[in-house]
Amino acid sequence: MISRIIHSEAVPNILLPATPDLIWSSVVFVILLTFFWFRVLPNFKKTLDARTDAIEGRLAEAERISAEAAKQTAAMASAQEDSRAEAAAVREQARAEGVAIIAELKEQANAEAARITATAKAQIEAERQAALVSLRAEVGTLAIDLASKVVGASLQNDKVATNVVNDFLADLEGGKQK
Amino acid sequence: MLLSNALNLAATMAGLSASDGFEPPTIGEFFPDAVFFAGTPFALNRIMLIRILIMVVILVLFSLWTSKFRKAYKNQQFVPSRFQLMGEISLNFVRKTIAHEQLGEKDGDRFLPLLATTFFIVLGMNITGIIPSLNIAGTSVIGLPIVLAVAAYFTFIYAGIKKHGAHFFKLALIPEGVPVVFLPLVFLIELLSTFILRPVTLALRLTMNMVAGHLLLVLCFSATQFFFFSSIVEGFTKAFGAGTFLFGFVFSLFEILVAFLQAYVFTLLTTVYIQLALADEH
Repeated sequence: MISRIIHSEAVPNILLPATPDLIWSSVVFVILLTFFWFRVLPNFKKTLDARTDAIEGRLAEAERISAEAAKQTAAMASAQEDSRAEAAAVREQARAEGVAIIAELKEQANAEAARITATAKAQIEAERQAALVSLRAEVGTLAIDLASKVVGASLQNDKVATNVVNDFLADLEGGKQK
Repeated sequence: MLLSNALNLAATMAGLSASDGFEPPTIGEFFPDAVFFAGTPFALNRIMLIRILIMVVILVLFSLWTSKFRKAYKNQQFVPSRFQLMGEISLNFVRKTIAHEQLGEKDGDRFLPLLATTFFIVLGMNITGIIPSLNIAGTSVIGLPIVLAVAAYFTFIYAGIKKHGAHFFKLALIPEGVPVVFLPLVFLIELLSTFILRPVTLALRLTMNMVAGHLLLVLCFSATQFFFFSSIVEGFTKAFGAGTFLFGFVFSLFEILVAFLQAYVFTLLTTVYIQLALADEH
């Protein structure tokens, strides 16, 4: 068998490439290299990149939405807080106003009371004066009548009579004061 | 020579000799007669035709996948179909597991065209070794492994020079921290291992794996044929045929593993060489 191999000139060395072998290998290699380089891999990468972008984009979108929701929640909470504060302010103001109204009413009532009291006092004074005047007139007439009867004299002269009465009365008042 | 000796020995051990009507495989297996253009530099024999067939298969398959990718991109359809996913898994195996792992994303994508081409050529050509009616690996003749190894060789030198300029050769040949006395020796060893042995071992490892696998399968199945149908073998001895058939079957399965493994190893080593060339220190 060994001799057969040695003597058969057709069997080449297994380690040395024949020219057609190299040529066809190169053709296959170059065609496939070009194919992968410019056709398969760019499209492959594009698809993968687009997918990565899409996934990242969706994640970012979700993040954005959740941030927005958080912002809205915060806004709602602050609005609630505002309205609560406003309500408290209104309540406070109403309370203050109530107090003011009560104070005013009280003052008005006081003033009214004072006025009524003053009026009453004035009326009483006026009545006293009237009573005094009427009393004086009456006392005068009585005294004249009395004196007329006592004196018998005609004290019809008004001027004299009036002077007498007045003197009398002045005496009376003076005596009362002493 | 050694190989045929070994095979001869195997045949003898099986209780046979070449003259008994059993034809053990020879390295002639890898040099079939030309079918087209015989005698010209473009002579096409069976193995070259298998290579072209596999090239067409790869072109068709990846064109289908590419059109899926394009359609998915155009329609902004981001959930891949099952078929598209298969293509993505195949390409991502090279891209992620090999390229990105060794070179990082940027350089990995930079050298991906070569790495992907290498991987799918080697895988496709290896697998024909166990496909019925093809029955021989497109990589079992050294031309294609040489082309791929040369491509890897120039690529890693290109990568090194692009990154470090002429300094690349100093980095590669004169490692830092070596005592001056040993420098000439280290220089020679590095020169030999980096610039001569790397491409040679790349090409030889692949070729010899495929050659050995093919010869083993041929040996098993031609022995089966011999035991079952040869007029010399009679009676009980025919039962050996079942054993050799089983052996051949198991080795066929093993060859599938080897086909994937060698494709992976070839691509990974190419990547590692590029990575070493890009590294700042060795």
